[in-house]
Amino acid sequence: MPDTILVVVEQREGKLNRVSWETITAAQAIAVATGWTIEAAVAGTKTSALAAEVAAKKVAKVYAVESPKLEPYTPDAFAAALKQLITAKQPKLVLMPHTYQVRDFVPKLATAMGRAVISDCIGFKHENGKLLFTRQMFQGKLAADVSFASDAPWFATFQNGAFRGDQAEAGASPAAIETVQAEIADSVIRNKPQDVFKEAKQAVDLTQAEVIVSVGRGIKEQKNIEMVKQLAEALGGELAASRPICDSGWLPMDRQIGSSGQTVAPKLYLALGISGAIQHIVGMKGARTIIAVNKDSEAPIFEIADYAIVGNLFDIVPPLTEEVKKVKAGS
Amino acid sequence: MKILVCMKQVPQKDAPLKLNESAAWIREDVSYEVNEPDAFALEEALRQREKHTGEVVVITSGPARSQQVLREALAKGADRAIHLEDNAFVGLDAFNTAKAFAAAIKDEKFDLIFTGLQSDDYGYAQTGVILAELLGWPHATIIMQIEKNETGIRVKRELEAGFFQFVDMPLPAVLTIQSGINKLRYATLIGIKQAKNKPIRKVTLADVQSAIGTNLQKIERLYVPQKTKKTEHIEGSPAEIAKKLVDKLRNELRVL
Ligand SMILES: Cc1cc2nc3c(=O)[nH]c(=O)nc-3n(C[C@H](O)[C@H](O)[C@H](O)COP(=O)(O)OP(=O)(O)OC[C@H]3O[C@@H](n4cnc5c(N)ncnc54)[C@H](O)[C@@H]3O)c2cc1C
Ligand SMILES: Nc1ncnc2c1ncn2[C@@H]1O[C@H](COP(=O)(O)O)[C@@H](O)[C@H]1O
Repeated sequence: MPDTILVVVEQREGKLNRVSWETITAAQAIAVATGWTIEAAVAGTKTSALAAEVAAKKVAKVYAVESPKLEPYTPDAFAAALKQLITAKQPKLVLMPHTYQVRDFVPKLATAMGRAVISDCIGFKHENGKLLFTRQMFQGKLAADVSFASDAPWFATFQNGAFRGDQAEAGASPAAIETVQAEIADSVIRNKPQDVFKEAKQAVDLTQAEVIVSVGRGIKEQKNIEMVKQLAEALGGELAASRPICDSGWLPMDRQIGSSGQTVAPKLYLALGISGAIQHIVGMKGARTIIAVNKDSEAPIFEIADYAIVGNLFDIVPPLTEEVKKVKAGS
Repeated sequence: MKILVCMKQVPQKDAPLKLNESAAWIREDVSYEVNEPDAFALEEALRQREKHTGEVVVITSGPARSQQVLREALAKGADRAIHLEDNAFVGLDAFNTAKAFAAAIKDEKFDLIFTGLQSDDYGYAQTGVILAELLGWPHATIIMQIEKNETGIRVKRELEAGFFQFVDMPLPAVLTIQSGINKLRYATLIGIKQAKNKPIRKVTLADVQSAIGTNLQKIERLYVPQKTKKTEHIEGSPAEIAKKLVDKLRNELRVL
């Protein structure tokens, strides 16, 4: 029997989280490199339709892991159910997307099995028979190739966007589905989750903006936001920010861009004094053109910028605003 | 409530990083600061103590330099500190760091342990959850609010894309704290003075050696990421840069 890769897809309320397809693409690439086979698992209460959806992809088998205790999600129940599955099926490698839910339970699951998780990976390498996982370190300033130094099962999670979900290959025929009943005792679950909700309604919708001028901690003080606002106004664009700016209350929360804020795709995204942490980048990398101003030439934002200005934003922004106004007045 | 706060010292946000000779870690001669969410975790612990009385203990593992984060925490109001002091602690994976912490606190009885939701250097996003599992405690991650009630606590978890969820849970528990949960305080002069007399318990590598094992994951190499996108640098004086940019905005990007 060849070694297997088990992909645990994510679902909420009967809908697959689309990053699940990215993890399947990753598994298919690793399978090509290693010759291992792929199985998938979906855990919840009504999983058969989801399992069928996953079974259409090029995978050998899909496990529908069922228990009434899996709804609503708790880390205790998920870790218990998946531990049973992994113990029974003995995959070599377990892959999941690095979502908030996965980061909530996968370290617990791996620890319960005496194993480690290589988390938030952006790629893999297969060198001389050794599997290495690439992950960002130091907030994206450096990257590391990391190997497992323990016996299987190995656990790894992939960052949102690391692979293309639309490239997940379909299978020639639907894969077999096996329903697995998870046994979860009442006493296992200690947390009582309430309903998921959204805070106050968003007042601004940045998703439709064509031009976004976004400001980060490089702005230093609240009063300096005014300078950026003037540039945004001159450009006829919307003002947005990185999380620390909204956390400090310098701009309202609904102007935050990133994994816990809005995801935007404007024609132009101007990033001023933003370092380019992955949680910010996932919210704006779809912009057609990215211009970044940062005094640190090694800031990760420059890795995705089309135009880079290494310099002090306090020197650059005022003349830029003037120049924009001048050109607009002339046209 | 008796609360333990895990606080890590990490390179300063804009410190220029260089690889060391092994090319598996950085040269350590950079400036350091406290890991950002850990500062929020300390603030939250101090606020909980102000509301419910109790004790706030801070813990770090790392070389002598990392004592600075404990000093700052004591100056802000933490009651005492635990320092797992050895250069070797820097190289531990999240699994073994958590094991070392569990061993160092085995004679204590905490109601709550706070960690940051992730570290700025390794970024594992795991240490707190692993520690909870080692202790056999429940946990909740990415926490934005904590209220004590009769049976335990009610916490507010941040979920993706602006969603939240309240979770009720018993104590003792481990929580991983998100930046922005509160507003940080500054240390006062009196606080800094008082900190000098607050105890820091030292724990050596030998003290916890039997509890930890070899790392379960290994950094084979560290490197500067390769750029995948072609980036055009715009240079010159600020006035020249402004002119060049506006020209691009108008003639190439057509947003003006
Ligand atoms: C679970 C989770 C969710 C998160 N969600 C989000 C999210 O939705 N959105 C988000 O933005 N972040 C999010 N974050 C936080 C993210 O990891 C970063 O901490 C954050 O994006 C950093 O913001 P920043 O770039 O403004 O600040 P910093 O990282 O502090 O960067 C400031 C930058 O400004 C530069 N600078 C300083 N002075 C100047 C100057 N005078 N001129 C020019 N440049 C200057 C510096 O070189 C530096 O690069 C999240 C984190 C986690 C763990
Ligand atoms: N060496 C350390 N010293 C103190 N706290 C740590 C250490 N390593 C991790 N932590 C805590 O665990 C959290 C998560 O770290 P990580 O799992 O590395 O992302 C940090 O925010 C800290 O609160």
